[in-house]
Amino acid sequence: MDLALKPEHKAFADEVRAFARENLSPATREKTFSGKHYDRDDHMVWQQALGKKGWLAYTWPKKYGGPGWDVTQRFLFENVLAEEGAPRILPFGPKMVGPVIYTFGTDAQKERFLPGIRSSEVSWCQGYSEPGAGSDLANLRTRAVREGDHYIVNGQKTWTSFAHWGDWIFCLVRTKPDAKPQESISFLLIDMKTPGVTVRPIIMTDGAHHVNDVFLDNVKVPVENLIGKENEGWTCAKFLLANERLGIAEVPSSKRGVSVLRQIARAEPLNGGTLADDPAFTAQIADVDLQVQALEMSELRVLSTMAQGGAPGPEVSTLKVRGSEIQQRIAELTMEAVGEYAQPYQPGMLFQDTNETPIGPDHAPPAAPRYFNMRKTSIYGGSTEIQKNIVSKMVLGL
Amino acid sequence: MDLSLSDEQKQLQEAAERFVRDKYTFENRRKIAASERGWLPENWAQFAELGWLGMAFSEEDGGYGGGPIETMIVMEQFGKGLVLEPFLPTVVLGGGMIASAGSKAQKEALLAPMIEGKKQFAFAWLERQSRYNLADVSLKATKEGAGWSLSGHKGVVYNAPSADHIIVLARTAGSAREPKGLTLFIVDAKAKGISRRDYPTQDALRASELTFDKVSVGADAVLGKVDDAFPVVEGAVDRAIVALCAEATGCMDAINAATLEYIKTRKQFGVPIGKFQVLQHRMVDCFTNAQEARSMTLMASLKIDDKDPTVRAKAASGAKVQIGKSGKFCGQSAVQMHGGMGVTDELSVSHYFKRLTMIDLMFGNQQHHLTRYSNLAMAA
Repeated sequence: MDLALKPEHKAFADEVRAFARENLSPATREKTFSGKHYDRDDHMVWQQALGKKGWLAYTWPKKYGGPGWDVTQRFLFENVLAEEGAPRILPFGPKMVGPVIYTFGTDAQKERFLPGIRSSEVSWCQGYSEPGAGSDLANLRTRAVREGDHYIVNGQKTWTSFAHWGDWIFCLVRTKPDAKPQESISFLLIDMKTPGVTVRPIIMTDGAHHVNDVFLDNVKVPVENLIGKENEGWTCAKFLLANERLGIAEVPSSKRGVSVLRQIARAEPLNGGTLADDPAFTAQIADVDLQVQALEMSELRVLSTMAQGGAPGPEVSTLKVRGSEIQQRIAELTMEAVGEYAQPYQPGMLFQDTNETPIGPDHAPPAAPRYFNMRKTSIYGGSTEIQKNIVSKMVLGL
Repeated sequence: MDLSLSDEQKQLQEAAERFVRDKYTFENRRKIAASERGWLPENWAQFAELGWLGMAFSEEDGGYGGGPIETMIVMEQFGKGLVLEPFLPTVVLGGGMIASAGSKAQKEALLAPMIEGKKQFAFAWLERQSRYNLADVSLKATKEGAGWSLSGHKGVVYNAPSADHIIVLARTAGSAREPKGLTLFIVDAKAKGISRRDYPTQDALRASELTFDKVSVGADAVLGKVDDAFPVVEGAVDRAIVALCAEATGCMDAINAATLEYIKTRKQFGVPIGKFQVLQHRMVDCFTNAQEARSMTLMASLKIDDKDPTVRAKAASGAKVQIGKSGKFCGQSAVQMHGGMGVTDELSVSHYFKRLTMIDLMFGNQQHHLTRYSNLAMAA
């Protein structure tokens, strides 16, 4: 057991850093550190650069076009990119549907879909939640009825992140009515350009448009877009959720958040000095800093088990719970550090590259919107309540 | 001891409830928030007609002889409706400072028309470096003939876009952050040398950054005594804090009610989610938090006119700590229990959450007031 990096890993980290500095646009970087919203290009240009380098699908095995990195390399990759201010890799293709396709798909499907995911030429979104199926995902009602060599799909998906950018959506659909989810749900890939697919924006509390309703009205989907067997999609669904929960803790971006928070505390005036002189406040930063360290070490322990051939168990739910609390806490402390100047609302500073100057310090405009928005982290990807149910049942046997 | 409302106070409460019910449906509020002014003159006229603008002032000052309890009653209902009219900056702060420190002439010229609904105020105290410290003021007022010249910057001045007069806290003597040497000036909002940058706040109120460039005012612009404004400001801000606490209790009642309704109707796993014990207990904690907030607000409202400034300050800070704690708990819990819907702009819950969050940041957050209370309590 050793925490120190080997020389080859240090060289690897340097290589990743050099790549990020060369390929990340200064405008995108600036948005990361100032907490502004990215536009489509910020994500796509960066992801496509990663794709060209063969690094976008960095968790994939070599066999499917991934780099085949070990746990340490993945860890370094994620951390260096976060430190350099890279936008998070949108998970829907490379982290969600990609692994489902190479695990459960046919050779033809792998050949057809994996290259576009690896290169980020094709963007994906996730059709899981429905108005009546949030925490109770298995209650989903979207119906797919087989007609010849097609399915006819009808229903509504919701909270679909980036559906307005998506070329494809992977959907959980019900292919058999009134049966247990294990026997009635299928995993279907749908081209967003198919007639009958309509996207409607949902505006969030910070004014942002990330998520959408997706309406499916007599959408004709070729049978060859079914992943795995008909009515056995719940297996794919759960496999994907376990992967989602692992990356969702967002440790590298929280580490960056703590360091940005300390910078803000050093810059914010207080009684002739700065907020950094206030031990009551800096102790709160230290507290969340330590929580991040505990979370990171816990995540590393899981990854290390996985490297020895283990699968991520239900205990990854604890990582998701803590990870979301930490992100929320950092956002909260950042807003408190800004103080009164968190009150002005400047949407122009959040969404566009404008010449508008910030009211108050540069770091002020995103502080409160980010705090409001981060409340979502304990809701999405399985709410905290659901994750705790999983742990109490599957880990503790209660 | 008697903690019950008088008949008049009950009538006031009913009138305020009726106003919010009739004029502040969520959709109406959205329209008012999006309007150019950000509040409705017809509502303001109604406040005047109902006597709300004068209720807390003495009859001698042209008011109706009420006090902090009347303010509490109305502010609580305003919180339930997320009312946008500038009652706090105009009546509680502006009117409050003029009543406590103004000359007879100032009261006649400003307080009487305010009570009639014809004048509005804004209170400019905060500066970029102030961070909750009311004495951290560097905007300078220097003697100029018989009058004064004001130069400097003020930030997040609520209601500055609509105010007829800005009440400005300026340094006339002393060093940075010294409570002694501060003076209040009543400045015409359209005075030459004032430039404004207006903006909405996170919770849809309106505020401005103000720059004062050699703004000339007469000697009669001084409110209270030269160099001795700090006690007046501290007293007025403590009253404003208690009024804000009352508003926050209204927000908490409303957000709790919305959440309770939601968990009774939203079904998952075949039952209303309110059937799950983890949500039941959380809802109970929300209810308890709102009760504590109401209790501390009531106590502070009863103590805020105490002759001893320490009693008053401890009461205000104590209530603000509770409001910060309870507001955060109720707000965050409401969003969580609403699930994704809680994070959308669509439902009222996110708007109450924003207001509760901003209330914590106004005039000192939970941590600031915990420290203030602690220092006062240790000194005793």
